[in-house]
Amino acid sequence: MSPVIRIEHLSKKYPIGHQKQAGGNSLREVLANSASRFFSKLRHPFVAPKIDPTREEFWALQDVSFDILQGDRVGIIGRNGAGKSTLLKILSRITEPTSGKVSITGRVVSLLEVGTGFHPELTGRENIYLNGAILGMSKSEIAKKFDEIVAFAEVERFLDTPVKRYSSGMYVRLAFAVAAHLEPEILIVDEVLAVGDAQFQKKCLGKLQAVGQDGRTVLFVSHNMTAVSALCNKAVVLDNGRLVLTASPETAIKRYLGGESGEHRTSVEWNADNAPGDGTIRLIRVASLNTRGEESKFFDRNESIHIQMEYLMPGKHRLPIAPQIRVFDEAKTCIFVSHKPQTWLNETANSTYASVCVIPDHFMNNKRYFVDVYFTTPYTREVHLHVENIISFEVTDSERNSNFGIIPGTVRPDFQWLTKKIS
Amino acid sequence: MNKQDVLVIEAHRTGRHYWRDLWRYRELFFFLAWRDILVRYKQTTIGIVWALGRPLITMLVFTLVFSKLAKLPSDGAPYPILVFAALLPWQFFASAFSGAGDSLISNAGMISKVYFPRLIIPASTLIVSFVDFLISLAILVGLMAWYDFSPSSHMFALPIFTLLVFFAAMGTGLWIAALNVEYRDLRIIVPFVVQFGLYISPVGFSSSIVPEQWRLLYSLNPMVGVIDGFRWAILGGNTPFYWPGFLLSSFLVLAILITGLYYFRKAEKTFADVI
Repeated sequence: MSPVIRIEHLSKKYPIGHQKQAGGNSLREVLANSASRFFSKLRHPFVAPKIDPTREEFWALQDVSFDILQGDRVGIIGRNGAGKSTLLKILSRITEPTSGKVSITGRVVSLLEVGTGFHPELTGRENIYLNGAILGMSKSEIAKKFDEIVAFAEVERFLDTPVKRYSSGMYVRLAFAVAAHLEPEILIVDEVLAVGDAQFQKKCLGKLQAVGQDGRTVLFVSHNMTAVSALCNKAVVLDNGRLVLTASPETAIKRYLGGESGEHRTSVEWNADNAPGDGTIRLIRVASLNTRGEESKFFDRNESIHIQMEYLMPGKHRLPIAPQIRVFDEAKTCIFVSHKPQTWLNETANSTYASVCVIPDHFMNNKRYFVDVYFTTPYTREVHLHVENIISFEVTDSERNSNFGIIPGTVRPDFQWLTKKIS
Repeated sequence: MNKQDVLVIEAHRTGRHYWRDLWRYRELFFFLAWRDILVRYKQTTIGIVWALGRPLITMLVFTLVFSKLAKLPSDGAPYPILVFAALLPWQFFASAFSGAGDSLISNAGMISKVYFPRLIIPASTLIVSFVDFLISLAILVGLMAWYDFSPSSHMFALPIFTLLVFFAAMGTGLWIAALNVEYRDLRIIVPFVVQFGLYISPVGFSSSIVPEQWRLLYSLNPMVGVIDGFRWAILGGNTPFYWPGFLLSSFLVLAILITGLYYFRKAEKTFADVI
């Protein structure tokens, strides 16, 4: 079978202006710059003009090539800034590639946002027509699907109300309903499932699945790995604008989740010159260790995690020093703070100490976590040091098949449960 | 699926199917024009009143200032009609020019999320101004009936001049729309150009008061040829037609339109990146 989309050596470069304000260049700046360039050229006619140091280049995509066959449902995964959206924008013809080539066979409809072009003053009915036209439907197509769209969005009663009076849920439902009833040969979808309530998300996913089963080609960008593995039969991993691999969703997701933590540290050490802290305490080392005392990035849910801090106390002190850790999830929400007064050092004399916080097994979920370290004197509320986001660790779950998706919740403690017969 | 359906995306080659795409997206063009008209007359209950009142009030003020106070000649026609015949193309030009200038910025969301030939956006704003133009035209007919001023056979040339003002508005509109995306501070210049243009164009007075030897130079303002054309067509034989000025203005209008299209097409490729 010949591919419906063939991507060959695709690259896209963006210039980054450092001092540029948001909202475009100003003509005044451009005129001033070209005038100064002109005068420096007059004064030094044989000197090559200096390259503007504020102009830097950024490769959003670099030499990406892969094929998509008819009927493929391809998930595109990668971290923020990996180039996913740029790829979709090029495929949707919104922006031009810098080099490379894409050949597409068939009608493409891309859905990079729900409700593009919705106008708050217009009624639901008017917006259906408008949005349909923006997404490339003809008037007769929209008229034919009109009732179906309205039923899917569940807004029958509000058809002639301006959408500015809609609740945000209704707005999103209507917007997605229009998009869901497009009948393209190739559908490109970017992260639209991140909207609406859980029930509606499920409905949308079902609709997308139905589109895929009709033999149409779907390209789907999402951070929701559950959705990718449920919807797609193939996945592409991008990292820093480069193609990492194309594989089955399971393999790709594993690679993506594994690769993602690669950038982060499992331990950090300082020498006397750069150790963070003050005259009371200097931090020397922070590490995540497993039960055997080895540094580790990955911990199984059935093992405990040891966060170890080593620090030097240069002088004599009478007030207690309290080490503390704060653990965050990927959204940078603090999950818990831990310290224990019984282990505070109440008197110190020019020595090195180590404190360990043991996070019990079967407590964390299978996710990635980040650690902050604090040292304070509780009575005076003096903060001696605070290092943010110093190490990270990731918890895996060998007792459970990851194909069932991720269990929600930032922690998953193993509480005691009781079941007994009562009558 | 046959081979002809293959779409090739490459650097600097996206423009190949442009004119075909423009035809394909004609429905979107009508929808956008329809949306803008709808929103305009929905948002303000005085929408229609505004469309009727603005040219009438301007006409009254201009008649008072230029005819009653400055005592300028009216070339035989009632002064209000002389003014209104010029206001017709001028107001169309002014509103289309400023509308097109803002159009890309105010549709930034669409531009960064959906593909379509971008030319549709400034072009559809022209339609909104054209509706106002048609309303003004109806007012003119009423005004002519009021003054018992019968149109001459020159009236048949009106569509030609209408086309000319369309081109002038489109050409300048494309320039300003594309420049506006890249250089946001240009926005401030638009109202100034519109206000200034009203006084350097023969709207409140007849261009016959311009000394003969300066007449051709005056026609370097393309709106001079357009407005003179409208007057000639509406007021009839009383005003002699000044061909050199008309040809110069038409040439300039076409030049602005062609360069405007060229510049817009060139700038269009990066709209989604910079907007």
